[in-house]
Amino acid sequence: MSDSSHAADQHDAHGHHDGEFSHPAPLSMLFTVFFALVALTFLTVWQSTQTFIDFGAAELWITLFIATVKAGLVIFFFMHMLWDKPLNGILFFSSLIFVALFLGFTLMDAQGYDRTKEDKDTLKESLPMMVVAPAPTEQK
Amino acid sequence: MTDTHTSHDEHAHDHPAWLAHHFDDAEQQFDAGKLGMWLFLVTEILFFSGMFCAYSLYRSIHPEIYEFASIFLNEKLGAINTGVLLFSSLTMAWAVRAAQLSQHRLLIALLGATLGCAAVFLGVKAVEYSHKWNLGLLPGKYYVTQGVPGVPESHDPFWLQVLCAPAAICLVLCCIWYFRSLTKRDPVQRLVSGPILVACLCFFGGVGLGTYLESLEAGHGEHAAAHVEHGHGAHEHGDSAHSHGDADHKHGDSDKEKTSQSVSTESVAVKMVSTTTGIPGQSHPDQVFVDPSKLDIQNPEVNQKGRAGLFFGIYYCMTGVHAIHIIGGMVVISWLIWKAARREFHSKYFGPVDNVGLYWHLVDFLWIYLFPLLYLIK
Repeated sequence: MSDSSHAADQHDAHGHHDGEFSHPAPLSMLFTVFFALVALTFLTVWQSTQTFIDFGAAELWITLFIATVKAGLVIFFFMHMLWDKPLNGILFFSSLIFVALFLGFTLMDAQGYDRTKEDKDTLKESLPMMVVAPAPTEQK
Repeated sequence: MTDTHTSHDEHAHDHPAWLAHHFDDAEQQFDAGKLGMWLFLVTEILFFSGMFCAYSLYRSIHPEIYEFASIFLNEKLGAINTGVLLFSSLTMAWAVRAAQLSQHRLLIALLGATLGCAAVFLGVKAVEYSHKWNLGLLPGKYYVTQGVPGVPESHDPFWLQVLCAPAAICLVLCCIWYFRSLTKRDPVQRLVSGPILVACLCFFGGVGLGTYLESLEAGHGEHAAAHVEHGHGAHEHGDSAHSHGDADHKHGDSDKEKTSQSVSTESVAVKMVSTTTGIPGQSHPDQVFVDPSKLDIQNPEVNQKGRAGLFFGIYYCMTGVHAIHIIGGMVVISWLIWKAARREFHSKYFGPVDNVGLYWHLVDFLWIYLFPLLYLIK
């Protein structure tokens, strides 16, 4: 990460000539970000195949965390979000807020049904193709 | 954009051809274009979020189906494709820099590299898709329950040929185009057709790479059932010497809470199933099947149309729409190569490269989430 911020400094130092609005990204930054992305890909593949530690339910969140770090590198450096107009950043991150609302409410609803085991069995028999939520065993 | 050149030259204004007359200056033109591109990317994200919603809803209700179905996704091919897309993102970001610095030849080379990476990605994807179609891993009601003895397995290269056919047609047309541009001594056409021709060849390179990796994964020994254990993602592939006992041992490792069965009886059971579905000792690389008794899943009922079939419906929607975006990206990158061959880009006019770059990085961004969510489920 320190390499990336170093690259960012270089980038800022790059000329602000009169009327010039292009800021060519230094190659050192582009390559640093690329190798960081490849390293994180190896990390996430290794994490999903390693058998030393079983993270259980946290597995998914670790995977998503690594993916989000990678996505952040792409957004901030490859897509130049750090040097872009603030309006573009606001647009982009507001879309992520709406995605979070969309997924969040859907999942809240999906988990909101407290089906009994009998319900599930009848449903399974009558409608074998139907999606049946697992009975929340630990609740109540 | 391209029309402006001719129309504006006719009624001579006091602005350069690359600056549309309704903009005050180059920077305003660039900022307006970029804002529009970001708006488009926002709609793209919201569009994909519908599919991510279907994915997460189904996964939250039926995590066991995802654990089962991801056995059939080859994470090696997924990881290779991730690397290829990341590299293409690097070349695209570099291409933006080259456009800003008016490095025309380098810009064409970098855009060509991006195009080639996209073609490799699609080639690997074609191998993945055709392999799954042969196994009957199809969406919804077309899903064929895996591991049932007697279900015919197709080793037909038909589907791979179908997927390769459009690329083959493009290859032939690009060859003709390239040699025509050579004989006509048209440098612009040569600079455009050359990279596109290379990209067509890259597609078949991707097909070769995918076929090779797929055969590595499945072609070991005569016990195809062991592949399912390996493909389960928890274990590294050993070399060709792996035996039933080995697979059973690993199986036991990954499933401690299940009641352990006798190793020898399981081996016999697998052997019987193996011999009913294929010629012993002559297993085809494609011969992959699941012995339901050996599956590391809580309930084998997931292995049917309404269950795993729905997963594959989601899988094909997400990866297929992503692949369509790759193809769309290839079209606009080809357009950029044409503009770059005409040496149109410089430090005040590089908006098209920058905006296509943003789109390309978004495609990469989506794959960054798709890859672990589909391929890397334990």
